[in-house]
Amino acid sequence: MLSQYFFILIMSGLAVVLPLAAIVMGHFLGPRRPDEIKNDIYESGVETIGETWVQFRAQYYLIGLVFVVFDVEALFLFPIAVAYQQLEMFAVLATIFFVLLLVIGLMYDWRKGALEWQ
Amino acid sequence: MVPLSWYLMLAAFLFSCGLYGALARRNAIAMLMGIELMLNAANINLVAFWRHGVGPMEDLTGQAFAVLIIGLAAAEAAVGLALIIAVYRERRTIDVDELDLLSG
Amino acid sequence: MDTALLFDNAVVLLPELVLAVGVMVLMMVDIGRRGQNGSQLLAGLSVAILLLGIGASVMIWGRAPVEYLDGAISDGFALSVRLVILIAGVLGVLLSRNWFPAIERQGGAFYSLHLLAVIGMMLMGTATNLIVLFIALEIFSLALYILSGFYRENARSIEAAMKYFLLGAFASTFFVYGCALLYGAGGSSKFTQIHETLATGGGNPSLVLPGIALLLVGFGFKVSLVPFHMWTPDVYQGAPTPVTAFMSVGTKAAAFAGFFRLMMTALPSFHDQWAMPLAILAVLTMTVGNLTALRQSSVKRMLAYSGIAHAGNILIALVAGTAAASSAAAFYLFAYAFMNIGAFTVTIALERQYGNENDVEQSRLAGAAERFPVLAAAMAIFMLSLSGIPPLAGFFGKFLVFKAAVEAGWAWLVVIGVLNSAVSAYYYLRIVVAMYFQQPEQAGDEKEQPFVPASRSSVFVVVVSVLAVVVIGLQPGLWADLLRGLGQ
Repeated sequence: MLSQYFFILIMSGLAVVLPLAAIVMGHFLGPRRPDEIKNDIYESGVETIGETWVQFRAQYYLIGLVFVVFDVEALFLFPIAVAYQQLEMFAVLATIFFVLLLVIGLMYDWRKGALEWQ
Repeated sequence: MVPLSWYLMLAAFLFSCGLYGALARRNAIAMLMGIELMLNAANINLVAFWRHGVGPMEDLTGQAFAVLIIGLAAAEAAVGLALIIAVYRERRTIDVDELDLLSG
Repeated sequence: MDTALLFDNAVVLLPELVLAVGVMVLMMVDIGRRGQNGSQLLAGLSVAILLLGIGASVMIWGRAPVEYLDGAISDGFALSVRLVILIAGVLGVLLSRNWFPAIERQGGAFYSLHLLAVIGMMLMGTATNLIVLFIALEIFSLALYILSGFYRENARSIEAAMKYFLLGAFASTFFVYGCALLYGAGGSSKFTQIHETLATGGGNPSLVLPGIALLLVGFGFKVSLVPFHMWTPDVYQGAPTPVTAFMSVGTKAAAFAGFFRLMMTALPSFHDQWAMPLAILAVLTMTVGNLTALRQSSVKRMLAYSGIAHAGNILIALVAGTAAASSAAAFYLFAYAFMNIGAFTVTIALERQYGNENDVEQSRLAGAAERFPVLAAAMAIFMLSLSGIPPLAGFFGKFLVFKAAVEAGWAWLVVIGVLNSAVSAYYYLRIVVAMYFQQPEQAGDEKEQPFVPASRSSVFVVVVSVLAVVVIGLQPGLWADLLRGLGQ
């Protein structure tokens, strides 16, 4: 029952307190002598060139959207895979129909140029 | 065992978080994120009701419903983000307060 | 279950299946075509698919209702709603045909989404299961979000789509949360099973009322009931007018059909609890819709608020909650489809006269009867029908709904409905008066503009709508017998 979760509660408490304590103590105890080099974003790295908030090309989003949709559709195939041994004919046909729909969607994307990288 | 009401409270809390996000933020993508949270709150409810609810557990309705909602949420996000991109191209902003061409 | 039986019974979903296959064919034809050729072919093809869908519904008309896979049923009510939606779909495609600049390039996407919206709406009327109901809602909503942003050259269109999407997705989360609570209450997602569990004292009745409240937000948004109506005028005004015409009718028919079936088959034992809140919403919706419509200067926004008021009228039928009331609602929606799409078609024709601005100001209608006698006459008929003046179709819709409500003991609600109809007559008739009895302000340059002939398909839509409004009005009994309610 709930007593089992008590240990998890203690663990989570510790997990929050310990790192916090380390940060807070470091903040108070450590010496602080900032100079220009130490305040750099990459103290020992290469200087950044230009804005860091660059905008990605819309193409990335397009491919990303197509990916999201097809990726999640795989979710519907998962239960079918789990229950594969006991599937009825009707379920198999329904699955084939479903995959066919995805194929048509993919073909549509492809022929409409959504997958092309200009 | 964790009682049903705890799950329901968690779901209600998540729903409220999403509601706050969807209402308080003016950025369209942040609003969309709030909406996704609200959908997932419903998913928690569904799975909790399947496991601890009044129906028989062999009846997988709650799980099936949750899976379908995940799929629909993805479709919704895809449509929404596409619309947001279209708006951004047109107006250079996705702040909903600045979309004010329509008013009567 | 037996595989052969599963295939046999699939006939209850024949119209949806025909359209689904049609969408795939449409997409295939679209990727096969070269460049900008063949967008007229796509339009013709989608009309043919929708007509096949109507044929399929007529074919299964009158069959004994069969519930398919615990999720969909094809009873008289579902068929009636299907007919309304398919008609709205055909008329919507015909209107869109020559309207868009973008349709030459993206016709395939447009018509596929249009048909998908029709499929979702039809499923909504057949759903007997929370899961199917939610999926149907999402199918047509997602399609409509994109369709309302299809006029890409117009910044208002894409803004309307974004607003519609954000608010629509927001509302559907309430809807799905409500579904989850109802599932928790009844232990099943099947409407009849939920009713059985709750009526026999089982389940978790304390979850029912919160569930109904949340579902009401979702439905209220889709049919634009008053506290949830803020999106309606913006989206109706910004969306391409053919899409607005289709959406205003289709969404209402679909969402009301789903709402009726859910409330009347899953939760009839809670009628005492939900009837009063819905009655208050109906009063609010009618009153706010009509009073705000009085102040609109744009024709499309006026029609949007008039649509809100009509949603209030149909809600009265749901408050009554009887079988007769649901068939009255089906009749109301049937009549509304023609008169509302007709009114939007005339608006489209006038838009073309006044320079394609995706909207018409009411002030420009002054003296329109002189310049466009046919359009003005058609508009007058639609306005009279919308305001419920006998013997046109709109009158009998209202009459049947009010009659059913009085029989169910909601006389006070009907009194408010009738008073509201009187208010609504003012802004409908104002358009007629402007067209026939007012002089255009700057008569000089208005007259110099050349007459732009309306496209053949929109002329067809206007003729069909006028005929339907008049014929339904003259022979209401015939149609009232044809359109069935729940459990009839």
